[in-house]
Amino acid sequence: MDGKLYRADFPIFQIEKSMYLDNAATSQKPQCVIDAEYDFYKSMNANPLRGFYPLSVKATEAYEEARSKVKGFINAASEKEIIFTRNTTESINLIAYSYGLINLCRGDEIVVSITEHHSNLLPWRMVANRTGAKIKYLYPNQNGEFDIKSIDEAITEKTKIVAMGQVSNVLGSLNPVEYVIKKAHEVGAVAVIDAAQSAPHMPIDVQKMNPDFLAFSGHKMFGPMGIGVLYGKKELLEKMPPFMEGGEMVDIVRFDYTKYSELPHKFEAGTVNAGGAVALGAAIDYIGKVGFDVMSQIEESLTKRAFEGMKNIPHLNILGADNAEGHHGIISFTIDDVHPHDVSAILEADGIDVRAGHHCAGPLLEYLGVNSATRLSLMFYNTEEEIDAFIKSLSSIREKMGFKD
Amino acid sequence: MESRSFYNEILTEHNIRPYYKHDIVNPDYTLEGVNPNCGDDIFIKLKCDGDVITDAAFTGDGCAVSQASADIMMGLIIGKKKDEALHLADVFIRMIKGEASEEEIDSLEEASALRDISHMPARVKCAVLGWHTLEELLGDNLPQR
Ligand SMILES: Cc1ncc(COP(=O)(O)O)c(C=O)c1O
Repeated sequence: MDGKLYRADFPIFQIEKSMYLDNAATSQKPQCVIDAEYDFYKSMNANPLRGFYPLSVKATEAYEEARSKVKGFINAASEKEIIFTRNTTESINLIAYSYGLINLCRGDEIVVSITEHHSNLLPWRMVANRTGAKIKYLYPNQNGEFDIKSIDEAITEKTKIVAMGQVSNVLGSLNPVEYVIKKAHEVGAVAVIDAAQSAPHMPIDVQKMNPDFLAFSGHKMFGPMGIGVLYGKKELLEKMPPFMEGGEMVDIVRFDYTKYSELPHKFEAGTVNAGGAVALGAAIDYIGKVGFDVMSQIEESLTKRAFEGMKNIPHLNILGADNAEGHHGIISFTIDDVHPHDVSAILEADGIDVRAGHHCAGPLLEYLGVNSATRLSLMFYNTEEEIDAFIKSLSSIREKMGFKD
Repeated sequence: MESRSFYNEILTEHNIRPYYKHDIVNPDYTLEGVNPNCGDDIFIKLKCDGDVITDAAFTGDGCAVSQASADIMMGLIIGKKKDEALHLADVFIRMIKGEASEEEIDSLEEASALRDISHMPARVKCAVLGWHTLEELLGDNLPQR
């Protein structure tokens, strides 16, 4: 089972012949998303939220309709809880600056899992450095699983923020975010969930999951680059000061007085990326049309095929779970005595695009005892032929590098 | 380009069985070279007698291209004068940029096996890491510079 049927939706596959297996870095864009951004600039372009003339109203409506789609996508209670940002990184920085710096002080603790992408780690390190709070890491086992007991021990009365990704961009592991959120709430802490790698692959219901904040990027879920989302609970967002000051986020500005706009505009200073938001709305429609159930079915089947092929290659070590089900389309690996950049160079020469390096997760790799790794990451539009070509190329690497076995 | 021809035997041999990848005690010069993007990280160590490089070695970690290139470089510069070594570095770096003449490339002996890297922009940094580090290390110490 694979995604051949859907490849026609993505114009890049007609132009670019390399096999794209670096989907965790960014996804490809379907024609409908490209059209949506194009149409916005072609027929609706005016600065949204500013003019009263019909074109500006149209632009505003398109932008706000995109917000409603995002609200529906994650089942938020209100549009006021949906803030458009540039990406996950900006969303998390917004929380760090407008919540972390304001609410934390010496003696407080921030619990962060060691598996985090730098985007969900460095902002907290900044908050810790500036406020005197302490970072406490949560460590998984070698399979990438967090043990309930270690979570219970890490989250204490001192904890003010708990930050965790839902799916690891290196291990592909699905983390117990619901449990962590519940624990955070028991001690009065807020939970920040990085959904960058989960939003493209599985339904998210923030009312059920109950995070205080949740962040994701449009570009990883078939949308354009430069548009991202921060979900935040209304009660929290209302109390937070703006992240940036400027136009479009104030209602009244006098010589010595400013009144900030209502949510969500308080957090969207300056001219917004309306074209990007509209195209993200189209991406959400596209996901709805294909359906997460179909997408996951294909992705699981492809992950299994890749995982089993990789298991049979001598000297290949998979990071994280020792079963395909624990990988959610992401399989990072090393090959004994071959540097990951040589692995990716050989794959590249065979027309296969994967990523090698530290995957912006330095502390995790350090914890796992590897300097860098190569990563395969799948999307429902990938095919069995691509997986087979990947496995074939992988199997040839040790020999090409001069090893006899 | 076919990967087989680019990872040729000379390159893979120097990567798997390097001659000069070891430590030197009390080196006269040590310098670390890093490619922050890909994580190649090597330490070059030299021992000199006046103007002549009497021993050279490296330690560290990196891709086959960076390791083989550094290993070949060490073999070439031992016994050479510092300015001769710098000249080789200059020729090597120009070869990788595709700017060296055939005659110059010949003068690089085994290091000429890396010439095809000039067609692989992503690997250029790996190939020149050792050589750049050598330039940096010797350049500042030469009276004529
Ligand atoms: C888990 C995770 N968090 C955060 C990010 C950062 O996303 P962006 O670069 O879109 O801000 C990524 C993407 O690389 C990611 O995989």
